[in-house]
Amino acid sequence: MHLVIIGNGIAGITAARHVRMLDPEARITVVSDETDYFYSRTALMYVYMGHLTAAHTKPYEDWFWDENRIGLVRDYVERVDTRANTLHLRSGGTLPYDKLLIATGSRPRLGGWPGEDLRGVQGLYGLPDLARMTADTEGVARAVVVGGGLIGVEMAEMLHTRGIHTALLVREPSYMSHVLPAEESDMVNREIRRHGIDLRLGTELREILPDANGRARAVVTTDGEELPAQFVGLTIGVTPNVGFLDGSGIETDRGVLVDEAFETSVPGVYAAGDCAQHRAPPPGRKPVEQLWYTGRLHGAAVAHTLCAHTTHGSRRVYDPGPFFNSAKFFDIEYQTYGRIDPERAGGERTFYWEHPGGRQSVRIDYEAAGGATRVVGFNVMGTRYRQVVCERWLAEGASLAHVVAHLGAANFDPELYRRHEKAIVAAYNRAHPQHPVRLDQKKGWRRWMSPDRRGLTGTDIPPGRALP
Amino acid sequence: MASIPVFNSIALGDNPAHETSAVQRAALTAFALGVLGMLVALFSEIGAAHPVASLSGIAVLFVGGALVYVWDEYRSRLPGIKNDGVMFSSNQARGILGWALGIVFTGLYVLLYWFPETLDGLIRVADPLAYTLTGQAANQWFLYGTLYTLAVLVMGVRALLKYRHSRYQIVRTLSVMTVQLVFAFLIPHLLVLFQQPEFYFSYFWPLKYDYLWPGTVGYLIESGEGLGYFMVFWGAMMTVVATPVLTYFFGKRWYCSWVCGCGGLAETAGDPYRHLSDKSLAAWKIERWMIHSVLVFVVVTTALLWINSATEGGVFGSLSQTFSAWYGFGIGLVFSGVVGVGFYPLMGSRVWCRFGCPMAAVLGMQQRFFSRFRITTNGGQCISCGNCSAYCEMGIDVRWYAQRGQNIVRASCVGCGICSAVCPRGVLNLENGARPGRFGAPTLGLIEDLDILEAS
Repeated sequence: MHLVIIGNGIAGITAARHVRMLDPEARITVVSDETDYFYSRTALMYVYMGHLTAAHTKPYEDWFWDENRIGLVRDYVERVDTRANTLHLRSGGTLPYDKLLIATGSRPRLGGWPGEDLRGVQGLYGLPDLARMTADTEGVARAVVVGGGLIGVEMAEMLHTRGIHTALLVREPSYMSHVLPAEESDMVNREIRRHGIDLRLGTELREILPDANGRARAVVTTDGEELPAQFVGLTIGVTPNVGFLDGSGIETDRGVLVDEAFETSVPGVYAAGDCAQHRAPPPGRKPVEQLWYTGRLHGAAVAHTLCAHTTHGSRRVYDPGPFFNSAKFFDIEYQTYGRIDPERAGGERTFYWEHPGGRQSVRIDYEAAGGATRVVGFNVMGTRYRQVVCERWLAEGASLAHVVAHLGAANFDPELYRRHEKAIVAAYNRAHPQHPVRLDQKKGWRRWMSPDRRGLTGTDIPPGRALP
Repeated sequence: MASIPVFNSIALGDNPAHETSAVQRAALTAFALGVLGMLVALFSEIGAAHPVASLSGIAVLFVGGALVYVWDEYRSRLPGIKNDGVMFSSNQARGILGWALGIVFTGLYVLLYWFPETLDGLIRVADPLAYTLTGQAANQWFLYGTLYTLAVLVMGVRALLKYRHSRYQIVRTLSVMTVQLVFAFLIPHLLVLFQQPEFYFSYFWPLKYDYLWPGTVGYLIESGEGLGYFMVFWGAMMTVVATPVLTYFFGKRWYCSWVCGCGGLAETAGDPYRHLSDKSLAAWKIERWMIHSVLVFVVVTTALLWINSATEGGVFGSLSQTFSAWYGFGIGLVFSGVVGVGFYPLMGSRVWCRFGCPMAAVLGMQQRFFSRFRITTNGGQCISCGNCSAYCEMGIDVRWYAQRGQNIVRASCVGCGICSAVCPRGVLNLENGARPGRFGAPTLGLIEDLDILEAS
């Protein structure tokens, strides 16, 4: 089998690695026009800020690909001929395939604003964007970033480290308030402002004004205010990169339409990662989910389907498990597991604790019925929680009381850090005076000697039970 | 790939966007005057003529300038990981400044070891301190110990400021600063003052190889009497009993990044250069051969010396002396000193610890096979950004394990905790726990990894 993968991002490369494991005979070719080698998109901001070099962003050394017989082709796929199973490349060559995986990721979305094609106006998705941003922010004094998502806050931080005065325009009344509940959202607002970013909430872009050389000079907001900006970052989201498939016969909508096993409308052609759009997404998931973790899960799952002809592979229905994601908003880390709906539209209830310092919080959302509770999601800010512990509680439908009493098993903060389980339990007991819980903790040498300590490494978590 | 050039200015700050403040300029001027004072002392008789004045003048300018500079550098930054501009910095990214410092450091070691008389002018400046502490005039080793301790203390203050958001880093840094000042500077010199053998309670065989060599053992017992017996007993107990027990519970970090003087210098003065260690698989292969060869070398040398001592030269004649002389020169001087510290700005801060230290080799073997320590990876949260690997001073490709959802159990890990600190997603955590499950198989379901190459 000759498998050709278009795109060397996390989805395509994860698929290539897993196919190599499942099928030692397979010939694997990865085509990318962006870079010679796989690199970590998530690290782009650190290259700009000087924490890393571009070389550091390569998760595998260059010998890895030959060693594992994964062929790398640097070219752009102009056209996919699904009748002849052939790719037509920009270099003029062709590449025949037996199976094709489309993993072409996304492109920054534009808003159709006047002036969005000026020099110094861009999104941030790949290395070419980073190179442009590096060149176009040289000597810049003021910048505006548009968009209240994860990339927006990253771009604001990037610009900030180069001493560029930055305004961040957020359409929503509070940062990422469609994802984060009000308290966390406000915490991020405060963190952004604490770093000297001019955060403009409930503010949209109207147009970008040029200077005499066709470069951005200023933006005008929907309030009519003019903000000087020689650089404008547009981070209102990304859109699947599937334009090159027009006329190929592969069915697309926003992305490449796939079934539950990443099969497209054309037999032998598959799609995974940012560019894939599920016709019927798994429960609680979006049809297009443009996340690093999702790309990795897609890549591993589609590899099994691609190797259905082998003894180890089989057509695999995508089952991603509980949702999880993470981010860092300047100095505040954020982790989420399961389902946290800021609107609580499903009737969930919420337990929320925030440190008096205002930079740490724990939220546990739960369902309550007939006196029993069942946790459905975690949001933690400024503290770290164990994924395996949280997911086990979610899978078991552990009760809120059980989870609060055993939070120590979930804490993943470094040694010697201040622990807040006592305060969290106290907050819980104030809110639920009828059913107070006691924090499960052993002290001194008993804690040291206790086999429960194994719980600290996540291998022995006390099982959770719903309240009677 | 796109690359951004190193800013080959002589700017000391690690972020080109950071302008040097007026306070910093003043502090740098004071520091430079301190260095100038040292150079003047080196080439003149001023140290011998005005020892107290030159010592206090140089110390105030040199130490004060450095402290004020780092204070002002971090005062303006919010707590948190801010490695802004590290990879553009001439000093930290092997630019002109990095190479110049590498050459200066290496040159200083060469002078210290082989041409100490050239340092006499500067040694005289240290006389007042030496008389106070030891009752004797300074020699090159006193000067070296003083500068070494100052480097740990001043750069320790920098590390405390830089990592002030992390209680683990604060406590650990205070530990290496205290051990260096008390156990590797004050106590050894005060012992001399009280006419006892100069002894470092924080160094043990095989790092301090001669502490279990017959010559030193004999000398300690002869000249120290009761205390000498205790010193020999202490050294032997630390090597044979305390080391395995502590390493079992905490991993090798209890020594390498909390106690050891070499580690102390690496974690403080070496911190700006920690990312320069080579992360390649090839480097790891070289490391394993080299460090274990040195261990074999020191074990064989020690055994030969004792056999020779027991048989009074009957079996090997002068062979054991040849071995010990070569070990002392090749490993003790050239490797641990000249290369180990001199090459900080070129090869990172742990060249000696990683490729040469026999103590690290012993602790590492135990850490790998018989310890409760591991770095836990938090499920499938790794985003493969590479900060952990980049800032690992031991050159461990931490990301290789983290992105598979696998725990990190590596012989060389000194447990400094910086991978956990720089991780933007809270994926890594240093932990001591039950040994079963310590390696943490790739987290199925979250990452579902079947990796291609065996990683051991």
